[in-house]
Amino acid sequence: MRYMDKTIVGLSIAFVVLFCADFFMAEWVRFIGLQSLARGAVALGLLVLWRTGLVSFGHALYFGFGAYAAAMLTLIGYHDAFFLVFAGTLAAGVLAYLLGFLLRRYRAIFFALLNMAFSMILYGVIVKTEELGSTDGFSVLTPTFLGYAPKGEAVQTTLFIFTLVFTYIITVGVHLYMKTTLGGMSMAVRENEIRVEYLGYSAEKVIHVKYVFSGLVAGFGGAIMALAIGQVDPDSMANWTVSGEFVFITILSGIGNVGATYIGALVFELIRTYAFEYAPLFWQFILGGSLLAIIMFLPDGIWSLFGRLRRSDSSESSSSSNKAPSP
Amino acid sequence: MKMLKNSSRATLLATGLAAAMGATAMPASAAEMVVMAVPTFLTGAGAPAFGVPARNGAEVIIEAINKGTLPAPYDKSGKGLAGRQIKAVIYDESGGGVKQVAEFRNKVQKQGVDLFVGYISSGTCAAITPVAEELKMLTIFPICGTPRIFEEINKTPKYVFRTMGHATADGVAEALYVKANMPDVKGYTGINQNYAWGQDSWRDFDLAMKQLMPSVPVSDKTQWPKIFSGQYGAEISALMLSKEPLVHSSLWGGDLEAFIFQGSARGLFRKKQLLFSVADTSVYRLGKKAPAGAILGARGPYGIFAANIDTPLNNWFRKVYQDRYSVPPVGGSYQAAQGVLAAKFAYDKAAAANGGKFPSKDQVIAALEGSTFQGIAAPVHMNRSNGHQAATKHMIGVLEWDKEAGGPIMTKVTEFGPDCVMPPPGVNGTEWLKGGMKGAKC
Repeated sequence: MRYMDKTIVGLSIAFVVLFCADFFMAEWVRFIGLQSLARGAVALGLLVLWRTGLVSFGHALYFGFGAYAAAMLTLIGYHDAFFLVFAGTLAAGVLAYLLGFLLRRYRAIFFALLNMAFSMILYGVIVKTEELGSTDGFSVLTPTFLGYAPKGEAVQTTLFIFTLVFTYIITVGVHLYMKTTLGGMSMAVRENEIRVEYLGYSAEKVIHVKYVFSGLVAGFGGAIMALAIGQVDPDSMANWTVSGEFVFITILSGIGNVGATYIGALVFELIRTYAFEYAPLFWQFILGGSLLAIIMFLPDGIWSLFGRLRRSDSSESSSSSNKAPSP
Repeated sequence: MKMLKNSSRATLLATGLAAAMGATAMPASAAEMVVMAVPTFLTGAGAPAFGVPARNGAEVIIEAINKGTLPAPYDKSGKGLAGRQIKAVIYDESGGGVKQVAEFRNKVQKQGVDLFVGYISSGTCAAITPVAEELKMLTIFPICGTPRIFEEINKTPKYVFRTMGHATADGVAEALYVKANMPDVKGYTGINQNYAWGQDSWRDFDLAMKQLMPSVPVSDKTQWPKIFSGQYGAEISALMLSKEPLVHSSLWGGDLEAFIFQGSARGLFRKKQLLFSVADTSVYRLGKKAPAGAILGARGPYGIFAANIDTPLNNWFRKVYQDRYSVPPVGGSYQAAQGVLAAKFAYDKAAAANGGKFPSKDQVIAALEGSTFQGIAAPVHMNRSNGHQAATKHMIGVLEWDKEAGGPIMTKVTEFGPDCVMPPPGVNGTEWLKGGMKGAKC
């Protein structure tokens, strides 16, 4: 029982509810849900980095790498979702492991922009490769699930459960990890790296581990996205604007809780969907405006709303007993 | 403890939100309306010269269909599509294939769209085709040009149609024009965007040239800028230095205009003979800045090429469009309008065959397959790719500035029949070109 806490209880309840809801959801809700889970997973990786004091403007690199790895496997005849997602995740993880040796030595804006530089290299390679459809990308066929080949709406229903199970495992895993010594090292590295070194830990190794993890989940998100949408292209998968969206979602969510990233991703998808529907000419403006509003009014993200609610709860109860006007 | 309590609240909120959305998610389709989604570029480099004129063209026709004010031959079939009013959902095509596929699903599942008439970019069309077939959604591409749609991506389409000729027709018409008007040309090169449309445009022009003028050398340094890049400094330098006098380009929209501005500043158009596949969209916008003397096309009898076509439908369209938007309609406007007319034609024909009752989707598809309907400027023959791909006549000419009228005009225009420039039914375009264009009726 020492691992049970309210976050895990909350995540588990959400898991069960969403699992059951999958069979009743309208198709478009499920579709938005799928995208939110995929993007939320990437933002989860960024959250881990952010807690370590690092912001990456280039995680579209791993997102795109995972997506293209999975999509390219479908070109040569592999269609099993388990294999595709596993391969996409692993490919991105290996890439993150290798680049990590260089990137773990940089901090702040250098870290952020080096990531972006690497992601734009991938972007450039894809754009120049006509076999991969250059800027057009290519279509990804419907996946199968261990021999089960769903048709029609069942494809998305199955994929949703598939994604839900894995994101649940990943999220709970991250939460538990953050409570271990190595996980707790995140904050320590952010606050005072030198002290961490004097305590006998290697800050670079701590960062490297987080970085590989963030690459893995970004690859996972990308592979899921490729299967969910059935199309990959460099502008939606590997461009710097995509990295920007992930940072957007992370800011939107705040770093208070692992579950927040999924709420942030959902809010992001909803804003985008509705802005696109009701303001086809100004949807980018609305998206940008809402980010600005979040930064100005909720600097700690949506998650801080819950903290505020809690505080106003307690202040209401205290003010009712003590009606003295504030000075 | 504080954080722990918060987390369960968040979960409640999230699941509540999800549940609420599931409950309210009814398709918004009105019973007696036909919901027509019209995706076109409303933002970005594709918008001003192409996307917005296309939207305007579609709007003019949709409004006339709803009011029943279309002239002959559409004046006898009553208001709306088979009697039902069109509810147009016009939205932005920018953002790339993945975003558009996601949006396609959204429109079908969330807004209950009945049919799509739209998409400008070949890249978007290529991405949309598989999902349209998967979701069994009637989709009419009025514009996009890559032949791959019915030659590679889906060879047996059921739900996807394209109501204009594709890049092969442009390449063949251009090569025929060059052969007739520049018999002594010393070589050719090209600048095309590095995506489906640019690659296919160049490939087909090059293959047609190799057949028609096999002795003319081609440059090995053709330029491939990225779509929507907007900066062509390096490419222009390379073109200025190349020895080939003829430059083929399928740049379109904002890219084309940027290229023209940057090229004329450096004297490219004085030094080289330019051949533009889709430059008609910019001749009115650029006015005197448009490169006079350039060979250009509008991918068929559209825009400035239709200025003198005297039919009731064309005269009416030009007048209504000009009055409403204060500019003449360009290629994109014609092509989008033609796509909407295809829907009008198909629904009305299907309703007539159905005893006057509103037709089913399959009946509409059957009505459009293999048919011939009147486009704004010319008849459209849906007689390629199992009746899903159109063939129309094609026109190429030289742009000049008419001092007396104070506007651009096309001179030395040559017209090509549909069976002269499009590969015959059932024949792959590339193979047709490589095999010497057998069966072409010119």
